[in-house]
Amino acid sequence: MKESLGVYDYWPYQERPRIQWPNGAKVAFWVAPNIECYELDPPANPQRKAWPQPSPALPGYTIRDYGNRVGHHRQMALLDKYGIRGSVSLSVALCDHHPEIIQLCAERNWELFSHGIYNTRYTYGLSEEQERDMIRDSIESIYRHSGQKCAGYLAPALSHSEHTLDLFAEVGSELFGDEAGIYTCDLFHDDQPTPVRVRSGKRFISMPYSLEMNDTIVYAVNKVEPRHYCTMLKRHFDRLYEEGQESGTVMCIPTHNYQVSCPHRLKAFEEALEYITGHSDVWVTTGREIAEHYLQHDYDAALADIANKNGSVQ
Amino acid sequence: MSLDKEYLEYPKRSYGHDHDRFDWSMLTDRPPVTWPDNKRVAIWINTSLQFYPLNQRGLPFKVPNGMTMPYPDLRHFTLRDYGNRVGIYRLLKAFERFGVRPTFAINSQLARDTPYLLEQLQRFDAEFICHGWNMDHLHYGGQDEQEEAELVQRSVETLNSLIDTPVQGWLSPAKNQSWKTPDLLTANGIEYCCDWVNDDMPYAFKTDNGPLMMMPLSTELEDQFIIGQNLHSEDSWVEQIKDAFDFLLEESATQGGRMLALNLHPWMMGQPHRISSLETVLEYLMGHTETWNATAGDILQAFNAQTGK
Repeated sequence: MKESLGVYDYWPYQERPRIQWPNGAKVAFWVAPNIECYELDPPANPQRKAWPQPSPALPGYTIRDYGNRVGHHRQMALLDKYGIRGSVSLSVALCDHHPEIIQLCAERNWELFSHGIYNTRYTYGLSEEQERDMIRDSIESIYRHSGQKCAGYLAPALSHSEHTLDLFAEVGSELFGDEAGIYTCDLFHDDQPTPVRVRSGKRFISMPYSLEMNDTIVYAVNKVEPRHYCTMLKRHFDRLYEEGQESGTVMCIPTHNYQVSCPHRLKAFEEALEYITGHSDVWVTTGREIAEHYLQHDYDAALADIANKNGSVQ
Repeated sequence: MSLDKEYLEYPKRSYGHDHDRFDWSMLTDRPPVTWPDNKRVAIWINTSLQFYPLNQRGLPFKVPNGMTMPYPDLRHFTLRDYGNRVGIYRLLKAFERFGVRPTFAINSQLARDTPYLLEQLQRFDAEFICHGWNMDHLHYGGQDEQEEAELVQRSVETLNSLIDTPVQGWLSPAKNQSWKTPDLLTANGIEYCCDWVNDDMPYAFKTDNGPLMMMPLSTELEDQFIIGQNLHSEDSWVEQIKDAFDFLLEESATQGGRMLALNLHPWMMGQPHRISSLETVLEYLMGHTETWNATAGDILQAFNAQTGK
């Protein structure tokens, strides 16, 4: 085990090269609906229990099933209303179980990126080859069901290995060259995209995907009241919008339809969406579009600046 | 050492759910339902009456809101008991004041041991749901089948012997089940179950002994979940229930009748500092002309009549 993975360098937030988003936007705003698939009776992983109760663990399973049976339509209606295309963090087994939901995403031209196979299958204990197979399966499944070349990755249930990022970048290249495997959502160290070092040397970045704004973290872990979540989202946005005058920032709202789409929580969420999209200088976009823009316009300058700040200009 | 290769095999990765208990469908794809008198939101006010034993075994896990301190945990035992002695009578008063027709989910042991309470509950033209034996007799995977069969039978028979109308509904303690629970329920004449909270409307469920209906009793709106586990304020609970009702009412305008299942615990909402919040909620829910307040069984009957069940 390492003291740090060392996939990115220290890079102070101040005095970075300016990021200019399209049309002078201050904030690139994206919503990441996690569309997840949980098993009622998953195989045991020695390092992490899938459910707290013995199988069948209804309390956890049933509310997550609610997300698929009831929740998706509700959030989709809201995002449609505010002109937001989702960037879906997808448990790809859902393509097989509930293809109707994938169809709804396709009709909206939403992005699908990989969140593993099931959210009840963890990376812990997989050999490198096994993890590579799992990642390949997920990218191939997305392509088979949607024709999309998976750009991003969020490890299933945030379960990682030392090589998760390397493997995702490599498998993406093997399958689709530079069109796939270009960003990770697994790092929470910044409010702007940053270059990430992968062993293949591929141009690869970290995409801000805020766990602090993630509805499951907010509601289930931090136990925040729905209306206060709305306040948090507005404050988060306000500060990124203000700072975005100097250099473009990224705001992500990661959601789960078994959380935010419950009837007692949608009003507060809608208020936040209305507020954010009501600002003039917001680029309402997807994870892939932010990543591609950054790689094209900002990535090289970032690398140079990072090297410079760390006193080792290359 | 890496995991066995079976960890990356997915035998159930195919269309529908990863079990065969019920058919997969999205709520929006189902035919719209109309409630009696063209009401749009059916309100099911469920009150859970519970006995938490002091000598809990905690098998296979400690039930939520149960004893947490070393034996004898008088602190939690008596606070739960407060609900059955004091809190419930504040709730009953509120039900009377706002014209609520309640549904009572009751532990059978409590029904047996507190005849006065049961008599008072029966004055309400209410419906009774069997809430298992008590809050330390859980149903769980790996449980001895005979033990569970006896538990279900004893719970249903006991409650049936104490009330006039046969029990139709079942709510497991902690909404936890074994793989066999649904089969045991239908074997004992139960028609609907409230444990699977994966929907906002009733739906059909299969068992070895014939069909069962599922009546999802939302955990997310419960007092004990919002106030007790999430530590939200009473004011926020009121706001959340109102928001839920408003949302469902709006959704019903385009998608047909909706159901709001509100579960209450007298040991929580019956406290002097909380009862006014419940009154505020009841006044709001009952104050809408679109509201149809009914028991779980009546809602299910109206649903079945339209969906051909």
